[in-house]
Amino acid sequence: MGGILFELALTFYFAATIVSILELFKSAKITSRIMLLLAGVGFAIHTASIICRYIAAGHIPITNAHEATSFFSWCIVLIFFILEFRYRIILLSSFIMPVVFVLMLSSSMLPRELKPLSPVLRSYWLGIHTVLAFLGNAAFALAFGIGFMYLVQERHVKSKRLGGLFARLPSLQSLDEINYRLITFGFPLLTLAIITGALWAESAWGSYWNWDAREVWSLITWFIYAIVLHARLTAGWRGRRAALLSITGFLTILVAFFGIKLLGKGLHVFL
Amino acid sequence: MKVFVVGLNHKIADVDVREKLAFNGPKLEEGLTKFKELPEVQEAIILSTCNRVELYANVRDAVKASESIKTFLSEFHNINRESLNDALYIYDDIKAVEHIFRVASSLDSMVIGEPQILGQLKDAFELAHKKKTTGILLNRLMKKAISVAKRVRTETRIAENAVSISFAAVELAKKIFTDLSKKVFMLLGAGEMAELAAKHLISNGVKEVIVSNRTYERACELAKEFNGRPVRFDDFIQEMMRADIVICSTGASDYVLKKSQMQKVMKERKQRPVFIIDISVPRNIDPETNDLDNVYLYNIDDLQGVVDANRFERQKEAEKAERLVEEEVETFFKWQSSLDSVPTIIALREKAEEIKKEELDKLLSKFPGIGEKEKKAIEYMAAAITNKLIHPPTAALKEDFEDKDIMVATIKRLYGIDGEKHEDK
Repeated sequence: MGGILFELALTFYFAATIVSILELFKSAKITSRIMLLLAGVGFAIHTASIICRYIAAGHIPITNAHEATSFFSWCIVLIFFILEFRYRIILLSSFIMPVVFVLMLSSSMLPRELKPLSPVLRSYWLGIHTVLAFLGNAAFALAFGIGFMYLVQERHVKSKRLGGLFARLPSLQSLDEINYRLITFGFPLLTLAIITGALWAESAWGSYWNWDAREVWSLITWFIYAIVLHARLTAGWRGRRAALLSITGFLTILVAFFGIKLLGKGLHVFL
Repeated sequence: MKVFVVGLNHKIADVDVREKLAFNGPKLEEGLTKFKELPEVQEAIILSTCNRVELYANVRDAVKASESIKTFLSEFHNINRESLNDALYIYDDIKAVEHIFRVASSLDSMVIGEPQILGQLKDAFELAHKKKTTGILLNRLMKKAISVAKRVRTETRIAENAVSISFAAVELAKKIFTDLSKKVFMLLGAGEMAELAAKHLISNGVKEVIVSNRTYERACELAKEFNGRPVRFDDFIQEMMRADIVICSTGASDYVLKKSQMQKVMKERKQRPVFIIDISVPRNIDPETNDLDNVYLYNIDDLQGVVDANRFERQKEAEKAERLVEEEVETFFKWQSSLDSVPTIIALREKAEEIKKEELDKLLSKFPGIGEKEKKAIEYMAAAITNKLIHPPTAALKEDFEDKDIMVATIKRLYGIDGEKHEDK
């Protein structure tokens, strides 16, 4: 059941992605409505598929790479909809839905079998730690999309070629502010995720920090976003630099996410 | 029954000619009344703006009408009748409808896509309506013209991009900043174009205005005019720390702001973005300043480039609009030809037949035992009644006389066979 729902959600996201890309070329209210509808239906089905999986596994379904990627996409779409209803950022979907689709597609290609969870990991920390981490990273994914939009719009204004998306993209200031807000939302979540991870590690293996690959990468990510925030507050690193940093940050997250999986070693093996 | 247009616009006549033919103020009502009184003219509207003077009419004979309208114009405005022969354009029927639709949609305007013309057309129509100089044809035409214009506006992007320097500056400012009403604006120097752009920007609402000028007295004057604060020229760099939007036009022969100075300003501003418009020729602000992060420097050529690109964009959209207009001209003609009497007679007959049949069926089904002879008699009576009822309107439609189109429209309305009646409501 969960599997069929997953495929269905993937299909809807695919359609939403196509429409969102079309939106770049042709603007019309109706296209953005269709896109929201498709993404909304996709999201509802996706939610149902995660719930199915939860019931089947008996714990939050993020204990293999397939589930984790799927849940990550779910978090991104969730935050996308929150932003959409709060700020109505035109064309945001065109920059985010492709990311969601690619993540979902990779999730669909990863092995899906349910493996029993090792007893060390059976703890309430599983839910707390992972949800914090994924929500934080999803906020960074959105900051990535917004950062990208910023760079496109900045290119238009700086180079004085005002064709293309210039008229439809939001103002530089609002993109910069939303980018900042997303990072200030994601950063504390990431920090808490690292702390809860350490506490969990202590209770599972008796040591707070084990220098496994994911821990190291999380730390690197944490530093990147700490720099984004710190430089902004002290040196006024806003605008283009902030956008570039938030793009770098998210790429680091992706490397951590998939790269470590490929290496396949470490305590976070299930991911 | 034909739509007829006589007029002139900015493309074929200079302002001194347009002035002479303009119907200004009280002249408009007077002119309209006289225009309607011409024997060849059944309905009349006058559109008089600074870029065009146009007379719209419903006429039967285009040749006669054009002669009598020219005579009317020369007498009314006291100008030589001969000189009018080449000065005007004259359209009738399809061409006339197309012209009016294009005017309403701002495709015939000096600045294509400018929105005022639609309002002016509405006013002209309203006055004609009030003075009762319009009837079925022009009423319908004007309503259609207005809806075509709205369609062009919503379905093409003809009015989307700024086509003047001041508008382009404001459009850009809005893409850099979210909310202009929280921004500080500084006018550096003076000059016609700079002041115009400043006015336009201020009318969009800014938080604060700072004015600086080489002569402090001039700064004070301008500050008064713009409701701002004067600042000595030596202090302007200091003030740039606070200014988010700067328009510069000082007439200095060299740069008044160098890149290194701006770099310092940016540091003090904590890199908050600045939009600088350098209208001065020669330029007053080092062009390399644009290389700094969060500094957006536009000079007069850059803005002109934006405006030209937008003009080109509008031209492209105008082509789309032309196709829309063509489509709408066609639907208008479908309606106009439906005013012809033959289809109306047929429709009237069909309607009567339909009612007769319906009522007969209803009656006969209530009395199934009725004899064949009685049935025949009832059918005969029903036919007689309907025929007698529709005979007078049919006869009237077959006659040929002046106000036939009104007759057709009236009959259609009275008998409820005007299929398009509700379309516009």
